[in-house]
Amino acid sequence: MSKFHAVSAVPSAQGLYHPSHEHDACGIGFVASVRGERSHDIILKGIEVLINLTHRGACGCDAETGDGAGILIQIPHRFFARECAELGFKLPEPGAYAAGMVFLPVEKLNRLQCEGIFEQIIREEGLTILGWRDTPCNGNAIGRVARASQPYIQQIFIGKPDGMDEDAFERKLYVVRKLAEQKIANSSIEDKEIFYIPSLSSRTIIYKGLLLAPQIASFYGELSDPEVDSALCLVHQRFSTNTFPSWRLAHPFRYVAHNGEINTLRGNVNWMHARQSILESPAFGPDIEKLFPIVEDGSSDSSAFDNAVELLFQSGRSMPHVLAMLIPEAWAGNPHMKPEKRAFYEYHASLMEPWDGPAAIAFTDGRVIGATLDRNGLRPGRYVVTKDDIVVLASEAGVLDIPAANVKKKGRLQPGKMFLVDTVQQRIISDKEIKQQLVSRQPYEEWLQEKQITLDQLPEPSRVYGANPDTLLRRQRAFGYSEEDMKMILEPMASKGEEPIGSMGTDTPLACLSDRPQMLFSYFKQLFAQVTNPPIDAIREEMVMSLSSFIGSERNILAETSQNCHTLKLPHAILTNRELEKLRRISTGDLLATTLPTHFRSEDGEAGLKRALDELCQRASLAVRSGYTLLILSDRGVDKQYAPIPSLLALAAVHYLLVREETRTQVALILESGEPREVMHFALLIGFGASAINPYLAFDSIRDLAHRGYLANGITPDTAVKNFIKAVNKGLLKTFSKMGISTLQSYRGAQVFEAIGLNRNLVETYFQGTASRIEGVGLDVLAREAQMKHEYAFAPLNDSETDLDVGGAYHFRVGGEEHLLNPLTISKLQHAVQQSNPKTFKEYTDLIDEQNRNMCTLRSLMKIKESKTPVALEEVEPAKEIVKRFTTGAMSFGSISKEAHETLAIAMNRIGGMSNTGEGGEDARRFTPDTNGDLRRSAVKQIASGRFGVTTNYLMNADELQIKMAQGAKPGEGGQLPGYKVDEVIARLRHSIPGVGLISPPPHHDIYSIEDLAQLIYDLKNVNPRARIAVKLVSEVGVGTVAAGVSKAHADVVLISGDSGGTGAAPLSSIKHAGIPWELGLAETQQVLLLNDLRSRIRVQTDGKLQTGRDVVIAALLGAEEFGFATAPLITMGCIMIRKCHLNTCPVGIATQDPELRKRFQGQPEHVINFFFFLAEQVREHMAKLGFRTVDEMVGRVDMLETHLAVDHWKAKGIDLSSILYSPPLPGRVARHCVQKQDHGLEQALDHHLMKLAQPALEHQQSVEFSMPIRNIHRTVGAMLGGEVVRRYGPAGLPEETIRFNFQGSAGQSFGAFLPNGVTLTLEGEANDYVGKGLSGGRIVVFPPRNSSFQPEESILAGNVILYGATSGEVFLNGIAGERFAVRNSGATAVVEGVGDHGCEYMTNGRVVVLGACGRNFAAGMNGGIAYVYDERGDFMQKRCNPASVDLEPLIDEREIEELQTLITRHRDLTGSPRAGWILANWNESLPKFIKVFPQEYKRVLRERGEMVIPTGELPTLTIAEQVQHG
Amino acid sequence: MGKSTGFMEFPRELPERRPVVERVNDWVEIYRSFPEEKQQQQAARCMDCGVPFCHTGCPVNNLIPDWNDLVYRGRWKEAVRRLHATNNFPEITGRICPAPCEAACVLGINAPPVTIKQIEKNIIDHAYEEGWVHPEPPSFSTGKRVAVVGSGPAGLAAAQQLRRAGHAVTVFEKADRIGGLMRYGIPNFKLEKTILDRRLEQMQLEGVTFVTGAHVGQNVPVEDLQRDFDAILLAGGAEQPRDLNVPGRELKGIHFAMEFLPQQNRRCEGDAVSEVGAILANGKRVVIIGGGDTGADCLGTSHRQKALSVEQFEIMPVPPSTRSPLTPWPLWPMQLRTEGAHEEGGKRNWSLATTKFVGDEYGNVKQLHGVQVGPPPKFEPQPGTEFVLEVDLVLLAMGFSGPVRNGMLEKLGVAIDARGNVATSNGYMTTVEGVFAAGDMRRGQSLVVWAISEGRKAAAAVDEYLRAVPNARDASLVGVAG
Repeated sequence: MSKFHAVSAVPSAQGLYHPSHEHDACGIGFVASVRGERSHDIILKGIEVLINLTHRGACGCDAETGDGAGILIQIPHRFFARECAELGFKLPEPGAYAAGMVFLPVEKLNRLQCEGIFEQIIREEGLTILGWRDTPCNGNAIGRVARASQPYIQQIFIGKPDGMDEDAFERKLYVVRKLAEQKIANSSIEDKEIFYIPSLSSRTIIYKGLLLAPQIASFYGELSDPEVDSALCLVHQRFSTNTFPSWRLAHPFRYVAHNGEINTLRGNVNWMHARQSILESPAFGPDIEKLFPIVEDGSSDSSAFDNAVELLFQSGRSMPHVLAMLIPEAWAGNPHMKPEKRAFYEYHASLMEPWDGPAAIAFTDGRVIGATLDRNGLRPGRYVVTKDDIVVLASEAGVLDIPAANVKKKGRLQPGKMFLVDTVQQRIISDKEIKQQLVSRQPYEEWLQEKQITLDQLPEPSRVYGANPDTLLRRQRAFGYSEEDMKMILEPMASKGEEPIGSMGTDTPLACLSDRPQMLFSYFKQLFAQVTNPPIDAIREEMVMSLSSFIGSERNILAETSQNCHTLKLPHAILTNRELEKLRRISTGDLLATTLPTHFRSEDGEAGLKRALDELCQRASLAVRSGYTLLILSDRGVDKQYAPIPSLLALAAVHYLLVREETRTQVALILESGEPREVMHFALLIGFGASAINPYLAFDSIRDLAHRGYLANGITPDTAVKNFIKAVNKGLLKTFSKMGISTLQSYRGAQVFEAIGLNRNLVETYFQGTASRIEGVGLDVLAREAQMKHEYAFAPLNDSETDLDVGGAYHFRVGGEEHLLNPLTISKLQHAVQQSNPKTFKEYTDLIDEQNRNMCTLRSLMKIKESKTPVALEEVEPAKEIVKRFTTGAMSFGSISKEAHETLAIAMNRIGGMSNTGEGGEDARRFTPDTNGDLRRSAVKQIASGRFGVTTNYLMNADELQIKMAQGAKPGEGGQLPGYKVDEVIARLRHSIPGVGLISPPPHHDIYSIEDLAQLIYDLKNVNPRARIAVKLVSEVGVGTVAAGVSKAHADVVLISGDSGGTGAAPLSSIKHAGIPWELGLAETQQVLLLNDLRSRIRVQTDGKLQTGRDVVIAALLGAEEFGFATAPLITMGCIMIRKCHLNTCPVGIATQDPELRKRFQGQPEHVINFFFFLAEQVREHMAKLGFRTVDEMVGRVDMLETHLAVDHWKAKGIDLSSILYSPPLPGRVARHCVQKQDHGLEQALDHHLMKLAQPALEHQQSVEFSMPIRNIHRTVGAMLGGEVVRRYGPAGLPEETIRFNFQGSAGQSFGAFLPNGVTLTLEGEANDYVGKGLSGGRIVVFPPRNSSFQPEESILAGNVILYGATSGEVFLNGIAGERFAVRNSGATAVVEGVGDHGCEYMTNGRVVVLGACGRNFAAGMNGGIAYVYDERGDFMQKRCNPASVDLEPLIDEREIEELQTLITRHRDLTGSPRAGWILANWNESLPKFIKVFPQEYKRVLRERGEMVIPTGELPTLTIAEQVQHG
Repeated sequence: MGKSTGFMEFPRELPERRPVVERVNDWVEIYRSFPEEKQQQQAARCMDCGVPFCHTGCPVNNLIPDWNDLVYRGRWKEAVRRLHATNNFPEITGRICPAPCEAACVLGINAPPVTIKQIEKNIIDHAYEEGWVHPEPPSFSTGKRVAVVGSGPAGLAAAQQLRRAGHAVTVFEKADRIGGLMRYGIPNFKLEKTILDRRLEQMQLEGVTFVTGAHVGQNVPVEDLQRDFDAILLAGGAEQPRDLNVPGRELKGIHFAMEFLPQQNRRCEGDAVSEVGAILANGKRVVIIGGGDTGADCLGTSHRQKALSVEQFEIMPVPPSTRSPLTPWPLWPMQLRTEGAHEEGGKRNWSLATTKFVGDEYGNVKQLHGVQVGPPPKFEPQPGTEFVLEVDLVLLAMGFSGPVRNGMLEKLGVAIDARGNVATSNGYMTTVEGVFAAGDMRRGQSLVVWAISEGRKAAAAVDEYLRAVPNARDASLVGVAG
């Protein structure tokens, strides 16, 4: 049977591909008449908006097939009445009938069966069928792939029974649709999966499909009929990560169009399912059950979200109410929110968890239309209101050409805020008014006060468990504690309240391969956000994060009563022993707790474990039925007979049972367990549904450490426990944020993990919905592992045996865990390369490959087949060709020493491979060869989230530009270079200040989605068209679809990193538990790219502890054509894996900036070269045996790999690699490696025109000036020109103002990106996101149209993330800019009239003047440069600024005042700003209102240098605690 | 861990050796005491490596970074526990081990390594001073009996481990005192015997039975052992000395080191050593053949006996003064070492081979004829370099070739491997069921620390063997936690 469904185009799950991994992001927009005036023009405008957003969508291998586009309009009654009359049936008055758009199977019999069932249901539900109408569609207008999967599209018209009101009719239609969906899905009709009802309503109708925006009008011809009219038009253009988008997954859905991603989807869907049994609504009565399942199976996140919106809306809440409930503002961490508003959100938080993730949602019920942004504001949204009351909202400004004179107002969507047009009331309703209406609906504050319970209110328990030191050791052993757990995990957490940090990655066996008993936790890996949604900075953007949650019995979410908030509010999820006792004894309201033991009889092994789990589930089920609302799962009381059930297993067993029984939301699950002690453990327990956890043994162990005096001075046992809880909580926030999730409440049950090496049976029984792709261990092994620990715990002890197991998971220990890099392998490798001895090298690789047979890695289970037709070694391409495919890993100069960094570069340049700058710039002196011909330039220039040193010159001196989306050792996290590592040189290269610490944010602030990545690729390609663009991803489930998206975004190379790679510093829990091995990620990537036929146009690279020729060959066979190495080359240069990179004390001068230690560096390029040649020779030997003459022939030949048959390991024998070794059955013409170049679409760039005009300047440095119009489709204007200037004239560029371009209109994204010295761009109009990205000396001036009448200082002028990573240059904006203005600015000067949230975030240098209002969280993570804020409202200090790293001061220094005045004067002169004029005119009154935002670190360094005049009259500064506290 | 910058702040430092003039006049240890503060500073130099090469350099896998850290923190009591976790006799290895750990220390790549051996000694000395070393008898009995033959480091380590695992252990020693080479092979100035005695006392109180003067296979029938014990562990060492087969070898005044050194140890113990057969260096021209540790022991002993002159011959060429590129870090370096004994006088000669001895009319050795030789493996005599040396005493310290075969091995019928050692399987069992072997007897002549390692591993193998036999353990003592 074909792996493809005949028509839907989405392949079924195969190999490592699974349809559920698809992601999308998109352009959204709407056009509406505020007055509710219907017109055909609204639709035309909507389509035009859609077309102008085309660049936000994508197309696959078939250039004519889009990822999906659609529009939602009001029922065009006039048109339908006319058409239906022609078909012979008459439509009643508008509102008295519904129109449905229906996708049906093409095959006639199947179609008729579907129609029949549908009709039957309509009749049964008491509605009348008026008739069907074939929707005329022009198949020729769409792409080949789309055409092949095109459904038969019909419209159905249904009459409203007399006397039924409109809302009731809508509800009935909802019931009918749900019933039809279920009945047909459960039928045996072939092609039934094609059946789909995009819309069925008396108000709205949706035209959508697998289309490109410009195709929609020609495909649905009737949209061009002048009689088709509407007062509103919602549009959407989709960019899916791969090319299996289907017709049904195109937006809009019935109520929403979504740009973003719901990260907590798995949990949200489970919770929705779990609460079905208690749903009740007078609006539906008994009909409610006909709606189940509320969330359609196999739907996308957006579609599932739409399902939830629909239920809440149809049961009586207004659209704004529904949206505020599902995507609440950040209330918990916002002390400035009004109490009644907080109460509203808090009340609803006790009803249900947020749907968490980056989102811009446009919504409509056919009468109101609006849009909202998630709390982080990670998607753009701009709107214009015209003087004739038309509203246009879209992901970008300038999507409709509106004469400036007709503009009444311009604005942007703001984080957590809503924008609403009510066409019935005929007005725009502000966020403030909407929220005011919502919060005054009910006395939420009173309800909370009355019903909500906090821990403090509960009576003190009479007895609390104390620590029992006598049994501590046995208990620690029973729960698998090691010395390392004590020393490396608990001690730092208890001493410092922080998660421990480590370095150099991990090289121990996967849990499913380890000979030692593991914890169940170790079989799981954290998922993380990459590309399709951004991770969050849990520290600098703490205000959106929240650990608070509500436990107790959830009520019917469709009702709105005070009883709904009768819950217990927890500030966080970790319970002390005292708090747990309070809960155990609770008897407030209907909160009632019971404790269920979780032990099994050790000697009964698997059977005993199974029996214990079954009993536990039965008891849990019974407890729920008996009315208990808190179930405490407890493993206290382990003894000689009874071992603990792995806590995660016990929890998950109960969780899924109750989800299935639909009673899960009636109880909270609380863990009382000796097992959890690391952040990952807590994250897993919460991620699989725990409400709270009491880690009693971790507490006991910490108290023991404190008693024994192991903790820093003065830390009492109580403080130690507090510190530990603090560390766990911080770690949890970080873990959530890696996945782009903000709140514990939505993380709970979201199961954002992948299992490695758990078998299907186990996963389906206890961890439903979790990816686990290589089979592996089952209950038997879990029982055995528990048994082993238990036996060890209860074996006889004597005095000399009073310690725990040595561990060895982090540091090598004899008798501990295996390590691939151990004294023997490290020394053999060093001896081999130092002595140029291939024999020793062979001994080294044998040890590794041998170890592989002892099994550390997935590849250890693989065997390379031998070909029946081997070739002679001489026939295989020479080693000097193979080494060109080798790269060294991205290690910044900063993380490693200059000596080490340059040695690598020299070595790689000598052999024609590539070295990588890492994040942190590169000294331009390295761009020219040394006298001996050596080049110290890194061929690969990395572009990471901090953008340190990313200047135009840096970009121009590269063969490859690598966008680092994630790093193997700590995917989803940013980085930090501590101040002591930032010396003069590093500071110069990073455009920062010596001694001042540097932060790389977790996300790229210009990449919140796949289309943003496409934009950055386009930017970089523009700057340097000669460099190839690479995107670095980290393996996780679904990385293949992301890679497909990357290929569609026109990257030339995609790098799939494994999870084990090294790092300078990362939390140990990230090193160990985030990401998955490259074997899985690479194989998935290869398979998905092949399925999409996208492989042929992108090169695939892999890395992650590649060490031997065998490793390289396996990587090639799995699909890689290039190979990265970092740890091994470091070892060849002398690294001995001391794992102290984060302490700057590397004793061999590699990972250190200490001048004394750097002298100890003994690495030589020759040693590195020896390594790569030895490696290449080994690859050749394998190739000869395999019968391949070139590496290209070998790439993707997964058929030459098989599983080792001899595997007889007690754990590994269950592993099945067939999904990795799978190759999709595709015709030979589908290339398995890269054979063609990406089409970057550069030829359309406006810059070609600009460069032509600028010829005199480029060639002769003559001044040029031109004027021209500009539109939003002109993206990245100025970058290619800038690149050319720098290519010709170097970093100094041209003399000031040599090239001037004056534009009129709306500029597209990245206006003036990477503009160098000598180029000035002036824009009369408006700009979108990323103005002046990476600005390198150029000047950008933007002001509103001269003939506009709106107030510039009140109107949005430029989008989000302006001046990201700018290093020098100037920007003057006469208007407001969006969120994250001047983020990571490291040298540019800017004047702006107002900014959104997070202004000057992570800024390290430069000057910013804000002449108007600021959003919240200004200066978060800012530690260099200075900002001056004109604080007219006087609330900057209290509400707007994040004072964690800055001081706020008045301006005193005369010179400084003069500088500021000069800047504002220039701003006035260049932009004509009236506000600047007014401020200057009233300078004496204005000056005191300026607040100087002065980073503390910067100040300290200046003071140390004696360069600073210390102002006398400092303003009082707030402490962090006062500012940002979790509620 | 420890002090992350300790290695940059503190130079390597060891306690001073007492002045030569003082120490050659006594038989007590040559080192001065070392202040505790310095001990901790030295421990702070440990870098707590992610891959601690030291502890694989160490045959007993001492958890070196762990106890270095504990010493740095002044947590001596825990340090000794960590030390004892892998090493039964750190007071011995802390004194006489050549410290392969230090050769493998990561700091040693480009700086003087951590003084691991000294720290080890400090820990255990500290523990004895504080009274923390006390008997740890088992809290249960398995009812199994094990015979250990030989009371050198391998036998003793095994005996202690087996006893603590609940077995009844009897150690048979052919000499009159327990300790094997530690007792009679190592001079007192390197290891005072009270150090050994206090450890033996602990073992006795733990319940190990020692039988001296019991030469198994000679005065103790092998059959008795096989009858009375559930397992037998052979740890009789490799005492067969390597001989020098040149003309004149039979002359008086030419002795094996192991004839010479024990006598002095007995004298130090206060035993009367008969004039007849006494080997003494005083007033003599002494030549020691063999440049290793035993040679150095003979050297120190000869000086203390007031030899007239001492020359030491080594057939190998002089090793480089620093680490040879042929033995890069972390390998045991081929390198010139200067021990305490070398400081005390005597002349070290390299690339010398002895061709014959010539005696006087009484059959006493009087002349040594030798020649310079080329490098290994041929050691070709260099023409024209022949020499003659007047000698009164020649001590042969050229190593050992394997276990002495004088009855026991033959009677037990254990197989012998190609190198002349007792052959064993991976589990330390010989070819005879229930008979195990460990230490030099199994692996050939080696270091004390290897013997301890062997003894521990063999004990684990014996324990596992015995546990496989039913009713092995009384499990009633298992506690309950909760």
